[in-house]
Amino acid sequence: MNSHGERLASYVILTLFSVIALVPVLGVLFTAFSSQRSLRTGFALPDGLHLSNFADAWTRGHFGAYFGSSALVTVTVVLAAGLFSILAGYAFGTMRFPGTTLLFSVFLIGLTLPEEALVVPLYFDLRSAGLTETYWSLILPQTAQSVAFGTFWMRAYFRSAPRPLIEAARIDGASSWTTLWRVLVPAGRPAITTMVVITFMWTWNEFLLPLVMVSSDALRTVPLGLVFFQGQHSAEFSLLAAGAVLVALPVVIVYIVLQRRFIEGMLTGSIKE
Amino acid sequence: MTDIAGRYRKRAPGEPRAVGYLYILPALAVFTLFVLIPLGRAVWISLYDWDGLSVGTWAGFRNYTTLFTDPELRAPFANALILLLFFAALPIVLGLLLASVSSRVRLRGLTFFRTVLFLPQVLALVVVAIVWRWIYAPDGLLNAALRAVGLGDLARGWLGDFHLALPSVGLIGTWVETGLCMVLFLAGCQRIPRELYEAARLDGAGAVREFFTVTLPSLRPEIAVAATLTIVAGLRTFDLVYVTTAGGPGDATSVPAYEVYHRAFETGQVGSAAAIGVALTVLVFAITLVVTRLIEGREK
Repeated sequence: MNSHGERLASYVILTLFSVIALVPVLGVLFTAFSSQRSLRTGFALPDGLHLSNFADAWTRGHFGAYFGSSALVTVTVVLAAGLFSILAGYAFGTMRFPGTTLLFSVFLIGLTLPEEALVVPLYFDLRSAGLTETYWSLILPQTAQSVAFGTFWMRAYFRSAPRPLIEAARIDGASSWTTLWRVLVPAGRPAITTMVVITFMWTWNEFLLPLVMVSSDALRTVPLGLVFFQGQHSAEFSLLAAGAVLVALPVVIVYIVLQRRFIEGMLTGSIKE
Repeated sequence: MTDIAGRYRKRAPGEPRAVGYLYILPALAVFTLFVLIPLGRAVWISLYDWDGLSVGTWAGFRNYTTLFTDPELRAPFANALILLLFFAALPIVLGLLLASVSSRVRLRGLTFFRTVLFLPQVLALVVVAIVWRWIYAPDGLLNAALRAVGLGDLARGWLGDFHLALPSVGLIGTWVETGLCMVLFLAGCQRIPRELYEAARLDGAGAVREFFTVTLPSLRPEIAVAATLTIVAGLRTFDLVYVTTAGGPGDATSVPAYEVYHRAFETGQVGSAAAIGVALTVLVFAITLVVTRLIEGREK
């Protein structure tokens, strides 16, 4: 095959798979804009632009309340896990003290540990502590799980940070704390952004933990709310589709803007040195 | 003099070493309390027969031995291994197919394709599951497409079919993971020096031999990453099964992650649920370790 033919074949395959990736996504989008009376599950062009589905989902479907819960949990987890990861990654990446290797490998366990193994003891122990049915039962475990990736990710950044930068700050008499926040964190904005968007996506999309931990409607996050709504109104396709769009939209917007950071972060799945 | 400078450099950046522990403390505390201790507790609970309410009774390793003897518990693990064909093997093969044709040429517009192909990865799995329920429904898109091309006899409720429910759920996994593999391999291909292909061609290699002697070995790191990510995702499938089939029909689509939830929170077999969770963890660690060794080990 000549290179012209190969290029054509590549584009054909890429286009084919892009269409397959997009059809289900566009199907939901079209259904969400269709009139509520249409009984079809979409995948045809919508019969107009019915924005009322979104307003309906927001109020009647309680998605407004679910959004509030999700926002609160996600922002807290992203901030706490981000801060803790920066601090720990800084120590592992730039300092040497006894036990570094052992402590760091403890964090590595968290990278591939399936949450399914933790959810059973977490539920029963948090229930004894009176923390189920609170936001804490969603925030604390997810912060802990995100800290594993965050520490791993930030350590890699601090290790790669230029030594002269750190030495210069040191010679100027800066403490390790000042060096971190005045020099290394501003220079590490791309790495930190990646960590933030990945933690944001994981927390926003999380389903199992809220399913197990909370049953009151007021505490439901958006993915849980969507599944609950589906159980109640499985025939109201356009409303359900509008809900699905609302669940996916925040992450998709951030993804489109910061695509590179997303892909870079998500492909760091294997532990490499 | 040099001695002092050397010691100075070791304790970068200029404070007593003990301060390192302070920096690690918050992360370590939250990780210990909500990951490490629960992991230990999971092992502990798995050694009991416990309904979650009354006092548990010591069961020793019985919850683990039944994983091998009880057909109801073997089924979820067997299903999970079948799902790996769809979550890991198939996406990697499809990704390599793309790699095999795009490795020797430089492609344009890759950013666009990458954005679209990777999109399923960022959607919440509950959203993915709801969409695919519609596609697989008796009056859904798949059946409509089959009828349109005159294959109406094949139309059925895919997720309700005893034999086809598991592959149907698996294909949702293929849809999610293929883009990830393609994006990885595409990036890897663009990195392969073209001189390698020229050298292979001088040796008289055809397209097939070129793929096996140049493309495949060059992509080894990417294949390792893809295999690890897709296998972990496949073994941890919960959201998809919960929303599409709830393990049914019968236990045709039951998987370990779903069985953990089902037993712990629906049928009061908490000890058994914990044992499945621990076994799943061991399986995930073992498979990722073996895969990384197999694919990357030969390099060294």
